[in-house]
Amino acid sequence: MKELKLKAIDENLSVVLDTTEAFLEGQCSEEIKNEILISIDELFINIAHYAYGAEEGEAYIKLEMKEEPKSIKITLMDWGIPFDPFAKEDPDIDLTLEERKIGGLGIFMVKDYMDQVNYEYRDGSNIVTLVKKL
Amino acid sequence: MNITENKINETIVLSIEGRIDTNSSTQLQAKILQSFQKAKNLELDFAQADYITSAGLRALLIGQKTAASKGGTMKLLHVKPMIMNVFQMSGFAKILTIEP
Repeated sequence: MKELKLKAIDENLSVVLDTTEAFLEGQCSEEIKNEILISIDELFINIAHYAYGAEEGEAYIKLEMKEEPKSIKITLMDWGIPFDPFAKEDPDIDLTLEERKIGGLGIFMVKDYMDQVNYEYRDGSNIVTLVKKL
Repeated sequence: MNITENKINETIVLSIEGRIDTNSSTQLQAKILQSFQKAKNLELDFAQADYITSAGLRALLIGQKTAASKGGTMKLLHVKPMIMNVFQMSGFAKILTIEP
């Protein structure tokens, strides 16, 4: 198990990704590792950009290995504005170049890559959990 | 992520190495926009690129729009299956010029 609690700012993204990469070392294929890194990137950056408005706050990340089936469980927490990242409708991916917007694509990727995604708001915390089979 | 720049005739080639995460996407976007100030045609070599996040997609969308507004081109070369999947899943495969 690996836990991190750090300021939710862009500059800390590399620490989060490097820690996750080290945790997964030798545990899964390159493709699965990349899917996990993308998902954590999108969710951590969401917290950094939106959870605390213009203020700064903290994020907590926990990585756990599970057996049968072998999988990783990822928990991300913040203490900002209540926000369910998975509640948004999926983006329209059939728009032309002129009409395309990016909003929502990151979460769309997370939902596609992970085997389970869950959100709950409990005691002032936004809690996101992800499970991915390795 | 590292970007190496080469100019071949009237085309700038940016070779991208490593992960195109949210932070490095800012760098990629700046590099793409600088390139379009110097040349009309841009090639992005993805042979050494590991993965791309939505921020990276945003950088490519801005690049493609800039190319269109300048009457230039932006081509993506040597895209790995992992990144090609992202382009397909996001609908970007239809917007970008991707060469094998």
